[in-house]
Amino acid sequence: MAGMKQVAFRVYDWFEQRLGLGQPLIEMAEHQIPESTSSWWYVFGSAATVILVLQVMTGILLALVYAPTAGEAWNSLQFLDHNVKLGWFLRAMHGWGSDFMVAIVLIHLAQVFTFGAYKYPRELTWMVGVFLLLLTLGMAFTGQVLRFDQDAYWGLGIGASILSRVPFIGGALVDIMLGGPIIGGETLSRFFSLHVFVIPGILLALVGVHLWMVVRLGINDWPMPGRIVSRKTYMADYHKLTQKNGIPFVPDAAWKDAIFAAVIMLAIMACALWFGPFGPSGQPDPTIIQTVPKPDYPFLWIYAVLAYLPPSLETPVLFIAPTIAILAMLLLPLVAGEGEKHWSRRPVAVLMLLVIAVSLGVFTRLGMYTPWSPIMNAWSSDPTPAADLKDRTPLERAGAIVFETKQCRNCHSIGGAGGMRGPALDSIATRMTEDQMIRQVLQGGGNMPAYGDALSPAETTALVHFLDTLRQGHAPSAIDASKRLADATPAPSGQAAPAPGRH
Amino acid sequence: MEQHEAKPDAAVEEQAQGTPPAPDDRAAMHSRRVFLFKLSLLMNGAVGAVLAVPIVGYLLGPALRKRTSENAWIDVGKVADFPEGQTRLVDFRNPVTSPWDGQSANIPCWVRRISGDKFQVFAINCAHLGCPVRWFAPARLFMCPCHGGVYYEDGSRASGPPERGLFEYQHKVEGGSLMIYAGKMPTLAAKNCTGPRLTQIEPAAAIDASAAPKATSLENPGSESWPA
Repeated sequence: MAGMKQVAFRVYDWFEQRLGLGQPLIEMAEHQIPESTSSWWYVFGSAATVILVLQVMTGILLALVYAPTAGEAWNSLQFLDHNVKLGWFLRAMHGWGSDFMVAIVLIHLAQVFTFGAYKYPRELTWMVGVFLLLLTLGMAFTGQVLRFDQDAYWGLGIGASILSRVPFIGGALVDIMLGGPIIGGETLSRFFSLHVFVIPGILLALVGVHLWMVVRLGINDWPMPGRIVSRKTYMADYHKLTQKNGIPFVPDAAWKDAIFAAVIMLAIMACALWFGPFGPSGQPDPTIIQTVPKPDYPFLWIYAVLAYLPPSLETPVLFIAPTIAILAMLLLPLVAGEGEKHWSRRPVAVLMLLVIAVSLGVFTRLGMYTPWSPIMNAWSSDPTPAADLKDRTPLERAGAIVFETKQCRNCHSIGGAGGMRGPALDSIATRMTEDQMIRQVLQGGGNMPAYGDALSPAETTALVHFLDTLRQGHAPSAIDASKRLADATPAPSGQAAPAPGRH
Repeated sequence: MEQHEAKPDAAVEEQAQGTPPAPDDRAAMHSRRVFLFKLSLLMNGAVGAVLAVPIVGYLLGPALRKRTSENAWIDVGKVADFPEGQTRLVDFRNPVTSPWDGQSANIPCWVRRISGDKFQVFAINCAHLGCPVRWFAPARLFMCPCHGGVYYEDGSRASGPPERGLFEYQHKVEGGSLMIYAGKMPTLAAKNCTGPRLTQIEPAAAIDASAAPKATSLENPGSESWPA
């Protein structure tokens, strides 16, 4: 055995004499870091790097089988899922790895922001990190496109439609994005190129720069209230910190990173095993329009915001808001490069982080059930509750049929079933009088289309009589107070009488 | 050393430690090398610029294509196959396509036959963000599954986030067939919204007034025919 060890050392020496990488790498691994930074809060960056390696590996393995053409991509994914041994697991790992990657990168960002790590001298590390976040999201989007299914196809349509709103050069940008006049072969090929060559290339290079700066400048010291960052003294202070109670990164701090990375890898594998691969959903055939396209979850919040923006604001907000957000993130360390690092002394920063996190969470949640969208098959799949038909007159029941067949249910729910685009109508009769309902149905208003063209007078009468019965718990009907007042006012003297028909 | 005179590079200088060249000599050679190095940079810059022309041209290619090469008249069916007063979904193979486009080059559109030879042909793509709109005949509305854009029978905007009506294809009737001029995915950039924006609910009188002059052309008030 001793002989083997000797041989091993000699082989190492042979390479080391020529490569000269071993010694600097060992020194880098053992560099001194402040004891306080050996913390479970400091494990997210390394975990993201480990997932990146996983993504590169699984990506290469998937590319062994995947056919990057619009005509065959979807079929090759089916082939991977069903015909290639463990192909489904590799797809699941790559998909779940992507979701974990986005989540861990966001957590990492929130952590370094909270710990003030972007301040002097780590401004550039943060800025590179901002680009790494954007590239990660770029990988998530282009990856979704490579899963060339219905969601991918219409997602590309949404992307092209957003680009088309850019003033002046919108049309040219759409052409360059799609590669052809429609979403097709060229489109998938360029997204393949982006996902497999361009973005990963930049991503890996920037990760290298990011890590180089982390090693060169030292890991951000644990913030203490009152320990002010100043360009004049920081380097000396940090040096003192590492000298006084420094520990070697490997192994004294790195074991936490390693354990967390292993846990994350296990979690990805568990999700992949348990939940399986993402899609592919329906074929990328635009003639199959019975589809409800939705982006993957990192983009659900954007999908939701796009539903809520008023039309007149949409284009400006679409382009100005992201520009401001990215610029603000890039300029943050230049504007606030000194001062307090501890979160207890940075209430505005903490509040901002919370507001942004809660907003993203709320919009993502809304994107999951899209209350703004009509439910396309509600009119034919959700029956009218029996209670709403019991003891009703023939006219009212005819109205219930109108309510179903005219597809009102797609936007309005009764008994908890139906669309959420418009208000639920379970107790509509307690809020609106018959006249108001007729006006609203025929002329529309608010966000409701006018049904004047689609309803005969008989249908309208029946519908409104049915709606008139919708009062939960025998609540009283809505009363037209002004009409009663008008009726009560003596007619001839007349100045104070309200104009007829005005509510 | 003679060799030193002929090939004065750093390695040789180290070998020839015994006889360093005169300081003046070295300075002259140094400035010449610096000049040559700058010249080489300049040359590579020029080569790069020349190389960039085809690369940028290749990348911008799709945006520089002629419009006429992207659209063509396509037969979408016999006029008799479209019942009057109804709106039907029609598929066509995109005129510009590559063999590996597969199903993605089968494009649907909505054909509304108003009466006789009067048609409206709507793009499948919602004017908001391009999702596929669906026709609901009883409600006489198009609805979009993505963000809830709704359009009337004539393609004009009814409600939701779209800022204009549905995109319309140019069309004509030839030899008993309905032809449409199509080929490019309709987006807001391909045809800007020039019609009235955001007509929510107008008084009946205003709608009559604005619709009257257009009644013959059957133009949809929220949009213009696409591509024009």
